[in-house]
Amino acid sequence: METTLAPGGVAAHLLPSPRPVQLLDPDGSLAEQPTDAHHYELPSAERLLHVWRGMVIGRRLDVQSTALTKQGRLAVYPGSRGQEACQVGAVQAITERDWMFPTYRESVALFTRGVDPVEALTLLRGDAHCGYDPIAHKTAPQCTPLSTQLVHAAGAAHGEKRRGSDAVALAFIGDGATSEGDFHEALNFAAVFSAPVIFFVQNNKYAISVPLAKQSKAPALAYKGIGYGIRSEQIDGNDPAAVLAVMDAAVEHARGGNGPFLIEAHTYRMDAHTNADDASRYRTADEVSAWLAKDPLSRLQTYLTAGGHLDDAGVRDAEQEAEERAADLRDRMNAEPQVDPMSLFDHVFAEPTPQQQEQRAMVQAELHAESEEQA
Amino acid sequence: MSTITMANALNQALRDSIAEDENVLVFGEDVGTLGGVFRITDGLTRDFGEDRCFDTPLAEAGIVGFALGMCLTGFRPVVEMQFDAFAYPAFEQIASHVAKMRNRTAGKVTLPMVIRVPYAGGIGGVEHHCDSSEGYYAHTPGLKVVTPSTPADAYSLLREAIADPDPVVFMEPKVLYWSKADLELPATTEPFGRAAVRRNGTDVTLVTYGPSVPTALKAAEAAQEEGWNVEVIDLRTIVPFDDETVVESVRRTGRCVVVSEAQGFGGVAGEVAARVTERCFHSLEAPVLRVSGLDIPYPAPKLEHTYLPGVERILDAIARLQWDDVPDLHHAGAGATA
Ligand SMILES: Cc1ncc(C[n+]2csc(CCOP(=O)(O)OP(=O)(O)O)c2C)c(N)n1
Ligand SMILES: [Mg+2]
Repeated sequence: METTLAPGGVAAHLLPSPRPVQLLDPDGSLAEQPTDAHHYELPSAERLLHVWRGMVIGRRLDVQSTALTKQGRLAVYPGSRGQEACQVGAVQAITERDWMFPTYRESVALFTRGVDPVEALTLLRGDAHCGYDPIAHKTAPQCTPLSTQLVHAAGAAHGEKRRGSDAVALAFIGDGATSEGDFHEALNFAAVFSAPVIFFVQNNKYAISVPLAKQSKAPALAYKGIGYGIRSEQIDGNDPAAVLAVMDAAVEHARGGNGPFLIEAHTYRMDAHTNADDASRYRTADEVSAWLAKDPLSRLQTYLTAGGHLDDAGVRDAEQEAEERAADLRDRMNAEPQVDPMSLFDHVFAEPTPQQQEQRAMVQAELHAESEEQA
Repeated sequence: MSTITMANALNQALRDSIAEDENVLVFGEDVGTLGGVFRITDGLTRDFGEDRCFDTPLAEAGIVGFALGMCLTGFRPVVEMQFDAFAYPAFEQIASHVAKMRNRTAGKVTLPMVIRVPYAGGIGGVEHHCDSSEGYYAHTPGLKVVTPSTPADAYSLLREAIADPDPVVFMEPKVLYWSKADLELPATTEPFGRAAVRRNGTDVTLVTYGPSVPTALKAAEAAQEEGWNVEVIDLRTIVPFDDETVVESVRRTGRCVVVSEAQGFGGVAGEVAARVTERCFHSLEAPVLRVSGLDIPYPAPKLEHTYLPGVERILDAIARLQWDDVPDLHHAGAGATA
């Protein structure tokens, strides 16, 4: 790897911009570009329109999921509200041949990926551990043990490379989870094997109740890359244009054989950690409303409308599609699916052990006795 | 007397320990401002300050390793693992260091730390939030493994764990956090290494612990209606194990069923069954049976009731204890394997 000697330090080309990259400011105007930042081109209006539409739909489905949780249809729901630019922008920057490694937080990323929302919500509905086909979607099961998925992403990216493919892996992680050992192991493995993986940190400022200040003393999480020799960048994660532009650069970097890329997206979790969490215990309403003013969706909508790329009819059209998809999700989630207890034994091994077969027979006999009783 | 939940009792035990011994510290993920996701550490930071109860970075190996280091300087850390399956990153620290330090150093370095682990299921939790991981710890020499089933024991055992000179993995059955008892705190119950007879009986001994104790008691009541007088033993501490109480009971009743929520294969229930067989062989009227979780990964919430050993399975096992001298070991099969 070539090392740039810059005044003040080696390997300066690996360092992130000193401040989060922002192409659109919170008012939806083009942001002035500082001279000391890496330069990124504003994506085309066509692509920004596509991101915007994805965000309109993603947010509507996220709000619907929260509502379904209140009605008892989901066991638990970690919301994505406020983080749509990250999840939609990042996913739209990769292709179907690339891999995605989501956490529990990434419902909107899964919707954007084209996973049927009902399948995406199966885990949280409590029917099964994963409702979609990870191979068909090239999307790993949503990961809960924090940071563990990152090492898988590095391995998958390396595997693709070894197979001669140019596919990359996009791995999501939260700010708090960067404290786990697996985050560091994944960065190091990816760098050592020059694996084409993009680590996308959604720094939403909290790990449940713990603020970032108690998590890390790094100037920004993006600075964690340089120690591993990984090119890194920090972005305004509520600026969909910055997300897309920097993701494009990261994908090009990884696909081009230059190894991994680390992105820290500064964003904010507008809802509580999950429906089971009481966020008023650790943050103020003022703090939350200040972030409302930085909303990623209205920012992009303002920009596109002002530039003449979007009109009222366009907005209505997207909102109508969002409503239809939310209604479809609601209807299908309201139908209580039958989960077959006998399926419990189906997928522990290719062949159940003799002991599992005995237990299977026991459960079968119990179910039989129950249905006799009911008859 | 007032009505106290297990969560209240644990919180009070932490409070009293912090107040009495300046070396006691509580730390982990979300234990400070939030008071823990189960509120077991509620108000500790507010009432005793950040020095005594604090949030750490999100890293379980770090939490346990850091606690070990603090022990070297005389502190007595009580650390929280947020959920059973999220303690696994710390397993290296626990198995290779925490459990072995006294032995490696010929007693020169001791580790008076408590690792609190909310464990087991029955609360509709999604994957990785419902593991019964006690077997891993019980299989590791050098760790005491404690699991209360009543608010009084929760208080008394946690106080004792914090005062203990050795590392204790303190396993809290999540499903019992909100269970209540009329109680005056501080309460002192039997010490480590003493099982409790929760129900006296003459025909069968149910040996159980933690989340399965209330289920076993329900099964005992139901069995009474069928004419079986069932004794229920709550182990309370898996390590150290109380052979004496268990053996005395089984020699008297002649029959034994071990009930545990953990997967049966290679687990604590098997250890109990083996110990009983070794010690009570000549008093047994029937093989010792186990009723345990199925040998599958803990399932999604909608199917957890099929996984969990319930009253019916326990009654079924009792029914198979050769009451009419007809061996019927192959009747229902596993979960209760002879
Ligand atoms: C190894 C591990 N430890 C603890 C947890 C419990 N837990 C779930 S989410 C969470 C906070 C994660 O915060 P962050 O990484 O910032 O992601 P966010 O939820 O904010 O998206 C914690 C502690 C877990 N899932 N895995
Ligand atoms: Mg976070």
